[in-house]
Amino acid sequence: MTERPSHATELAPPPDVSREHGVHLLREMLRIRRFEERCVELYSAAKIRGFLHLYIGEEAIATGVMATLEEDDAVVSTYREHGHAIAKGIGMGPIMAEMFGKVDGVARGRGGSMHLFDAATRFYGGNAIVAGGIPLAVGVALADRMQGRDRVTVCFFGEGAVDEGAFHESINLASLWDVPVLFACENNRYSMGMALERAEAQTDLALKAASYAVPAWHVDGMDVLAVEEGTRRAITAIRGGGGPVFIEYETYRFRAHSMYDPDLYRDPAEVEAWKQRDPIPALIGTLKQLGHLDDVGVAALEAEVEAEIDEAVAFAEDAPLEPVEDLHRFVTSEVAP
Amino acid sequence: MSTTTVEPTTVTLTLREALKQSLRDALIRDERVFLMGEDIGAYGGCFAVTMGLLDEFGPERIRDTPLSEVAIIGTAIGAAMNGMRPIAEIMTCNFSLLALDQIVNNAATLLHMSGGQFNVPVVIRTTAGAGKQLAAQHSHSFEPIFAHIPGIRVLSVATHEDARGVLCQALEDPDPVVLFEYPRIMTMEAEVPVEPAPVDLGSAAIRRAGSDVTLVTYGAIQHTVLEAAATLAKDGIDAEVIDLRSLRPLDDATVLASVARTHRAVVVEEPWRTLGVGAEVAARITEEAFYDLDAPVGRIASAEVPMPYAKHLEEAALPQVPAIVAAVHRVMHRG
Repeated sequence: MTERPSHATELAPPPDVSREHGVHLLREMLRIRRFEERCVELYSAAKIRGFLHLYIGEEAIATGVMATLEEDDAVVSTYREHGHAIAKGIGMGPIMAEMFGKVDGVARGRGGSMHLFDAATRFYGGNAIVAGGIPLAVGVALADRMQGRDRVTVCFFGEGAVDEGAFHESINLASLWDVPVLFACENNRYSMGMALERAEAQTDLALKAASYAVPAWHVDGMDVLAVEEGTRRAITAIRGGGGPVFIEYETYRFRAHSMYDPDLYRDPAEVEAWKQRDPIPALIGTLKQLGHLDDVGVAALEAEVEAEIDEAVAFAEDAPLEPVEDLHRFVTSEVAP
Repeated sequence: MSTTTVEPTTVTLTLREALKQSLRDALIRDERVFLMGEDIGAYGGCFAVTMGLLDEFGPERIRDTPLSEVAIIGTAIGAAMNGMRPIAEIMTCNFSLLALDQIVNNAATLLHMSGGQFNVPVVIRTTAGAGKQLAAQHSHSFEPIFAHIPGIRVLSVATHEDARGVLCQALEDPDPVVLFEYPRIMTMEAEVPVEPAPVDLGSAAIRRAGSDVTLVTYGAIQHTVLEAAATLAKDGIDAEVIDLRSLRPLDDATVLASVARTHRAVVVEEPWRTLGVGAEVAARITEEAFYDLDAPVGRIASAEVPMPYAKHLEEAALPQVPAIVAAVHRVMHRG
């Protein structure tokens, strides 16, 4: 792609959406939202421990991005990755079992909430070092290109990762080498308690990316159709051999940073204002307007999602713990590939 | 009528040439192998190990990178997780600290943390050691820092035969390998067989057989230890010199078998003494062979100072023959 920085581009309102696709997007967002709400309950019940970083409010991004990917495209994510993992197609049961610390979890209970991995869906992990997954994503994408595979790697990270040198080193290298990676920056405006404008002298993150000669633009991260549209444009360019693209998704987390966070640093009015832009009611409204869905349809979706979560929780409850004798397994490989 | 020519059976080469031969062999043998690092291509490598490889293999496989250690190692890790066999070079181990996050938090943890799903077959080449008057930011020896970390193999290569075989072996490892090379001895020459013999860097090598005392060492300093052993021989002390080669995991068996024969041991290493590989070896000898010992295990290492520039100070900071000889005399006179 020869197009150079169009960082200020605001996309036009999204076009029509089919009933089938609209309902799919809504179902995915509901699955993520309700799954995490259940996680909060299970955290309070001490079934889940450690850190638990919620994605509530940001579901439109994972959902819209995944709608543009092929099954064999890769995802590298962060510690706030439940939504990415669910939308990528990892079963809720193994994800929940991971949070329960059970051997049937996606990482045998070694990773927990922050470290979901799934080779089968090419989900290269939740990385809990801020920006730690970014160079890794460049490498995954480079390997696909060097092996002649037409695949894209999506690298999710928050705006706090842009503070880190790893981001700048990696996007520069990806640009130099035309690596097929989408840098998907979920700007929820706070890195833990640090507001973007207090952390970055230049708060237009797409502008930073553009300075590495990477096409970059903003997308409304609270509108799933806008996310899908803006991302599809990027994925098409990347798949066409145009090298990396950076998208800054403007979003907000409705909950605190983690379960430990008393959320003293945000104005409650600001949180309320963003909740008015909740992507789920927004999509329900659109689908109703289009005549694709009514209240009965929404209730049916909710019931379907609740049943799936019930099943996942039962799976996690019933799963065994990894035997302690296996503690040392996988420090090194057991067989040469 | 035919004439018979006698093919030479040995060849003289420098350590640098031996390492390059190993890299060439790896690139020829496996098309998944590629090199990335600072100035490895057009410049030829800061220690000239990769000189000529760009011309031979092209820029897709010999990748010059910006000065971005985190991106170099992180990208190599990602490529390794996705079917390639990258060999990443970090000029000196002082610079490797910039990439330590990727090495420790990603390369070393991903297999275990992913429940066995993602192995990371990356090879990281770097250099260690003083002796070139490069002062405190280019001369340090950080082998113990890496050897502390579960999940990575740490190799040290300081002989020509090992150098020729090292990458073949490192690339067969499905997990991360950190490989230490030594600028001080890059131009050292040796006569070796034309055909490289297979080597096993996973095991310690007995560089000099002896019966009176075991000197356990690794890296470039082993050549100083061998000098010390020659000096000791004149004093009638027959020292066995063991090159550990693999610093994680450690080959306890070779060390313990030697101590069982000699009943005395001195560990000699170039990094600092506190919490080093030598400390670990001494502890293991004490745990596993206490009743074989006729004297406490001796330790020689570099002075615990940032490496100074001035030649006389640098020499004073490094383990030298007289200090090693004196340490051996101490353990010989005890017990």
